[in-house]
Amino acid sequence: MIIDLGYGALVIAFLVSLYGIFAAIYGEWKKKAAWVESARLAMLLTFPLITISAASLIYALANGHYELEYVASVTSNSMPLYLKVTALWGGQAGSLVFWSWLLSLFTTAVTLRKWDRDREFLPWVIVVSLVTLTFFLILVIFVENPFARLWQLPSGQVVETMVAPAGAQVFLRADGRGLNPLLRHPGMVIHPPMLYLGFVAFVVPFAFAIAALVTNRADDRWIRITRRWTLVAWLFLSLGLVLGGRWAYDVLGWGGYWGWDPVEIAAFMPWLTGTAFLHSVMIQEKRGMMKHWNMVLIILTYSLVIFGTFLTRSGVLSSVHSFAQSAIGPLFFAFIAITFIVSLSLLISRWDSLKSKGQMTSLLSREALFMYNNLLFMGILVVCFWGVIFPLISELVTGQKITVGPPFYERATAPQFAGLLLLMGVAPLAAWRHSTFKTLGRAAWKPTLVSLLVPVIVIIGGLRQPAAILGFWLAAFVVCVTLYEFWRGAMARHRRAGESLPVALWRLAGRNRRRYGGYIIHLGVVLMAIGIIGIEVFQSETQGTLAQGESLTIQGYTVTFESLNVFDTSEGRNVARAVVNVEKDGRNLGELYPRRDYYYEAQQPMTIPGVRSTMEDDLYVLLVDWEPISTQGATFKIYHNPLVNWLWLGGIVFILGTLVAAWPNKDKEAVRSRVSRPRYAATKA
Amino acid sequence: MDQSAAVETGSSGRLKFIVGGILIIAAVAYLIISSTQASAEYFLTVDEVAERGGSVMGRDLRISGAVIGETIEYDSQDLKLTFTMANIPGDNKDIEAQGGLAAVLNKAVNDPNAKRLQVVYIGVKPDLLRHEAQAIMTGELGEDGIFYADELLLKCPTKYEEAVPEQVDA
Repeated sequence: MIIDLGYGALVIAFLVSLYGIFAAIYGEWKKKAAWVESARLAMLLTFPLITISAASLIYALANGHYELEYVASVTSNSMPLYLKVTALWGGQAGSLVFWSWLLSLFTTAVTLRKWDRDREFLPWVIVVSLVTLTFFLILVIFVENPFARLWQLPSGQVVETMVAPAGAQVFLRADGRGLNPLLRHPGMVIHPPMLYLGFVAFVVPFAFAIAALVTNRADDRWIRITRRWTLVAWLFLSLGLVLGGRWAYDVLGWGGYWGWDPVEIAAFMPWLTGTAFLHSVMIQEKRGMMKHWNMVLIILTYSLVIFGTFLTRSGVLSSVHSFAQSAIGPLFFAFIAITFIVSLSLLISRWDSLKSKGQMTSLLSREALFMYNNLLFMGILVVCFWGVIFPLISELVTGQKITVGPPFYERATAPQFAGLLLLMGVAPLAAWRHSTFKTLGRAAWKPTLVSLLVPVIVIIGGLRQPAAILGFWLAAFVVCVTLYEFWRGAMARHRRAGESLPVALWRLAGRNRRRYGGYIIHLGVVLMAIGIIGIEVFQSETQGTLAQGESLTIQGYTVTFESLNVFDTSEGRNVARAVVNVEKDGRNLGELYPRRDYYYEAQQPMTIPGVRSTMEDDLYVLLVDWEPISTQGATFKIYHNPLVNWLWLGGIVFILGTLVAAWPNKDKEAVRSRVSRPRYAATKA
Repeated sequence: MDQSAAVETGSSGRLKFIVGGILIIAAVAYLIISSTQASAEYFLTVDEVAERGGSVMGRDLRISGAVIGETIEYDSQDLKLTFTMANIPGDNKDIEAQGGLAAVLNKAVNDPNAKRLQVVYIGVKPDLLRHEAQAIMTGELGEDGIFYADELLLKCPTKYEEAVPEQVDA
């Protein structure tokens, strides 16, 4: 019953979306505000409808309705309730429902805003949002239906359909197959929703961009309306990426956090264009330039978001993420191709009206540096895209499939990331419009001088790798410039208004949250860069088989094997848990418990490292193998990961900075922005 | 007068940026091309390795095949993992045409005529390594005809297909 309700609600939501698209276009065409208003209400209605659907699916998951193939494929009796509920996004069909639900949530929030001054955007924002939603609903209803049941035909055959075939009985199972054990981790419970929130929220700025193109409004109104949306989307996308890295580090047991896996890249690509977009919109706001470019960036971001959803959930590329396989690929490609081509043609048709009067004059001006930043982000994007499609291209051209692995990405992106760090240091000091080496030098010499202390210190400390020395200097440079900026601003307030320094600092950041939030994000990026340099350049490893009491040593640590225990748990796992003792320079640091869980029902083991984590380094111990009978000897692999904690710390600072930048301003936006010029009188329906 | 001066700075300014932009694009292009050359891996099937033999020796290869369970040997003392894998088609379309990955893997391990390749890998034995798993690995072909892998990825499709007998898509 509840299952039929869930499916029915989806179908109604689909019909309502179709109606909304039609009503919005018709209302705009005939200039009938009542129709547009009706479309707006239709869009509002999708949210409760899809909520009903998602809730019934969660109900089925939580109560073990294994007659649903989806429920059986991602849950089992032994799973705790929170994992059963979050199995909503444990498989493809459920993820698509979840995606649609988030999208309807966001578009509902958008429709509830005050539209008084931007009434002409409304129908087109509705059309774009609902077209996207309709596409996902089509996938869920017709292709990947999580509500489809299994039926046993009189012939004994088992069929998966929504409606009962003649004479068939529901195919009942006592238990499901359960979620992939690798996904049974708190990090995995929140990582996908964060990414999805990021993906979905980018639909909003895209919808406004298209609305601006259709209505031919060449000003930056759409950017100002969606600025906070973009930041929120970006925040969630960043969070999703960082959490995914943390999950890999904790669960996958290869001592790393990022493997340049195609699916990771798929989530990373919209982040790259989104980040470029966040920077380049500032040029449009300040100087009225880059209008075409911003449109290109948001269209690209939207396409990459859809592409990312497709890659993460279709199993099209072999990767640790392809836990699902299906045939929705062609539909996705068709949708991406159509939306991309339509958006681009729209942009081209508006090309002339978007021409700006502004000209870049100085190679070192702030806007020029922002442009280099954009070029580098695009460069990294091209590297990523090239890496993903290269096997296909090489096969087409030479008939030989050639792939590129992580070394390709590392080698091709590292100099560009270094360039971005350099720009991050220089740009805050450069003036808008006109800036020369002389003016820039005058502003930069103090922080530059201080930052040079860092490479001197690390070289004296014995560091010899040029890449690491350069990296640490760049990090120091950005930190010095950023703190210097805070200092200058606070001192100016201190002198002018006589505020005490802490108060001045607080008010400074509060007055210009976007700028200083941005600086905090930069500091977070630098901390992450330090962690990445640490693990990429200085990671070391050792491995060996130990009898009880024997030790392995790595970088001053002594790891001694003490005991091993193998036992079964009540929820169907076999656990082998080793106890090792850690010493450093004669000091006892306590025990670690690396273990290996074997999930009987999924027939899959899972390696859980024992980690001792400090700001200086991580000691990451894996239990690889053990003697089954005597439990006397065990094999361990140990990684020494210097500075990796800075990566996570940087992630937190990064997120805080984004929150500062996105926090609503007290002073109303309405006061500052210009009065809009509606093309037709907005009659209240 | 004023206007022509503005146009002049405009065009020379534009030239500066075009040159600068081209330099950056050229640098990125260089990075991509050189990195591709430096880290290209040739994707081959077990059949193709047997066919080409010596000509691919010493190159970075990426090979996929079906793991034969009974050949898996693991020496946990020196972490030496050896196993033999059987040929499976390299093209996804061929795999789909033959009934999906699980069917292809099953056929490969049970076919005595399928080309086989011995693999040596030094390192931790992966959790997913078992009979009828798909192994995707990178490494080099040694002169002894054994494939020395330095990276080993595994995929087990069986988990998704085992539960329902004779499942028919609606």
